[in-house]
Amino acid sequence: MYSLEEHAIGQMISSLKRQDYTVIGPTVQHGVIVYDEIHSLKDLPAGYTDDQKPGHYRLSHSDKPFKFQFNSSPHAWKKFLRPSVTRLWHAELGTAGFEFAEEKKEPPRFAFLGVRPCDLQAIRILDNVLLNGNFTEEGYKARREKLFIIVVNCTEPGGTCFCSSMGTGPRAVKDFDLAITEIPDIKHHRFMVEIGSEQGETLIRGIQHGKALPADVEKVDKLFGSAVRKMGRSVKTGGIAELLKKNFEHRRWEEVGNRCLSCTNCTMVCPTCFCTTIEDTTDLSGKSAERWRKWDSCFTLDFSYIHGGSVRSSVMARYRQWLVHKFSAWKDQFGTLGCVGCGRCITWCPVGIDITEELRYLREEDHETPSIKKPAKGKNNGKS
Amino acid sequence: MENLESLLEQHPFVKGLRKEHVRLLSGCTANARFDEGKFIFRENQVAEHFYILREGKVALEIYAPDRGPIVIDTLGADDILGWSWLIPPYHWKFDARVIEGTRALVLDGKCLRKKCEDDHDLGYELLKRFASIVEQRLEATRIQLLDIYGITS
Amino acid sequence: MLPHPYLIQRVHQETSDTFTLEIVPADGSDGLTFMPGQFNMLYVFGVGEVPISISGDPGHPHTIVHTTRAVGTVTKAMRQMRKGDVIGIRGPFGTQWPVDKITGSDVVITAGGIGLAPLRPAIYQILNHRERYGKVVLLYGTRSPGDILFRRELEIWRSRFDLEVYITVDRAVGDWKGNVGVITTLIPRAPFDPHKAVALICGPEIMMRYSVKEFQKRGMSYDSMYVSMERNMKCAIGFCGHCQYGHRFICKDGPVFRYDVIDDLFTKREV
Repeated sequence: MYSLEEHAIGQMISSLKRQDYTVIGPTVQHGVIVYDEIHSLKDLPAGYTDDQKPGHYRLSHSDKPFKFQFNSSPHAWKKFLRPSVTRLWHAELGTAGFEFAEEKKEPPRFAFLGVRPCDLQAIRILDNVLLNGNFTEEGYKARREKLFIIVVNCTEPGGTCFCSSMGTGPRAVKDFDLAITEIPDIKHHRFMVEIGSEQGETLIRGIQHGKALPADVEKVDKLFGSAVRKMGRSVKTGGIAELLKKNFEHRRWEEVGNRCLSCTNCTMVCPTCFCTTIEDTTDLSGKSAERWRKWDSCFTLDFSYIHGGSVRSSVMARYRQWLVHKFSAWKDQFGTLGCVGCGRCITWCPVGIDITEELRYLREEDHETPSIKKPAKGKNNGKS
Repeated sequence: MENLESLLEQHPFVKGLRKEHVRLLSGCTANARFDEGKFIFRENQVAEHFYILREGKVALEIYAPDRGPIVIDTLGADDILGWSWLIPPYHWKFDARVIEGTRALVLDGKCLRKKCEDDHDLGYELLKRFASIVEQRLEATRIQLLDIYGITS
Repeated sequence: MLPHPYLIQRVHQETSDTFTLEIVPADGSDGLTFMPGQFNMLYVFGVGEVPISISGDPGHPHTIVHTTRAVGTVTKAMRQMRKGDVIGIRGPFGTQWPVDKITGSDVVITAGGIGLAPLRPAIYQILNHRERYGKVVLLYGTRSPGDILFRRELEIWRSRFDLEVYITVDRAVGDWKGNVGVITTLIPRAPFDPHKAVALICGPEIMMRYSVKEFQKRGMSYDSMYVSMERNMKCAIGFCGHCQYGHRFICKDGPVFRYDVIDDLFTKREV
């Protein structure tokens, strides 16, 4: 473990840029902390904190110099690893058929500064989906291979976070190049940094750093402990995949379906949602064609369209598809749950649907028929 | 000469009936042969028999003045043909035309009706069996009506 | 994955809304090997790409055959193509009818409407190795006599002594002398031994659902029935998420499924 002063973070950014990395980090735009290209320390959201609740996001600003006292952004890192609009190929109509030109443009070398542990798990999950099956998504692979990851651990949970019950945070333990923890001490603003790879080691050696003090290491551990305790939401994940299978026709789905607008916000902000659509286009002459891949959402009506109509025509069925996929089908498909506990879907849902609450309801009313009400837990305590 | 009672006993329709009921039925049963193209019964005729088909093919038809005969169902070996003998006003609703030379057991419905009034146990057993046949035909008809192969708009 | 260019050899109309394409690789190479039940993604330049089951003989893969209805923009554009036009192919994808695994069994091929097209390669394969199977029965139902696919072939198959063919229509038209009634009515009487039979079922979902029930009534268990499912498909390689059916991707875990594996979903709505 090493210790960094504030200006060393700036040195880190410069060093990465000198190595031709495009450094992506958190920065304030239009009243929101987004992920975008940053060039120096001053692009970071110093003094900003976010207030997140179901359907609510506000930034507030103070004079404090702390750079990372916020949690999730409406952007997920998938924005850079798998851009929302990508041209897959273009082709010309020739005499002997069509000639394809695959996209040869080199993707940029990205360095992500500020990957939260939950988002790191999201990247691992996308790796599993896009690289470990029978087919590999080449574009993702190319960007992923060159990726330099600097995690920023969380010492304060966000308003909608539940990473500890998902086992994804508040601290990352592996699969990064560097992991930084900010010590928000107004008298001495500094950072702890853990090395996770050779490249991470090289970068640290090239900037000003010191050995971490044992007192600081202990302080940081305490901060993680308190973050876990302060976490406002949780999901009981034990047997959840089976629970959702059993309750596929629970009346709660109808109820949440009445609230959901199928606006697709949740799938857009979710760091693990990977659904896409393919669009084939042509120019007016018909001699030149292109294939584009765009982000898609299972909440749209025509996502499940087959001749004659959509299989999931009701909003309820589409909401159910998403949540059951995330917490049940994903396990069968990829071996892990699809949710990382970042809370973005809760924050950015315009009607404030909270998946932790929906899952709690299903667990508490597991397998109950609609007409049977659970007896109130009174003196009898379940005994008849 | 084939033993009618043993022929009847072999048929799934008769399975489970008490011995004396089988005997009652066989008392009302005869063998019959129908040549291709002939009508076994016609719409509006009085319904006094029903048929356990043993061999051949029979088409149930409706005659439409502008379109001629329309086949609505095809029955073959082991199918039961006709239940209108059991339900007032005891008239056939469709034509039954032989498509392939048919051999069948013919049961005298008029005689059976009387026996069912006298012996309600027999009546209940026969009605149970016919209810099941009607249900199967209704289910099949409903699926037919769906036009499942069509392109839904 | 890039579409490979293929040349149209022949386009011909089968029924009022169904047509068949026969295609060969544009570069003269051997064409793709496929298993019965698999599908390709067919790309019409500048228009779009759709999944269509392969309906030809797996024993003669140089010419690839696809039979489909002209219902959307892409298939309608396909219908207008002519000999010598170029079409893009990605594939083959998906799981197959288990023709290799069911040797020794009686086979009941149950097809409804266009469902005969994805089953035809299985029929070819079985007939190419006829001695390996028990009784083979083809049950085929369509809306009307005019909708019967592959008429000539059906007549040839019907004339064989080692294959029983039963055809029925929902409604009779003209001088139709054959069976009238929904396809499920053919199942109770079909000549096969339910203790050693396998059913391969393909057609509209309602038809498959009721056929499964009829086979069950005859004493067959769900693990001796196979169905072919269909869902919206975009990429065919498991990345776009559209074809998910429960936790299964129709493009890679299907389209052919052993029925017991999907029974829990099959009767649920909007899955």
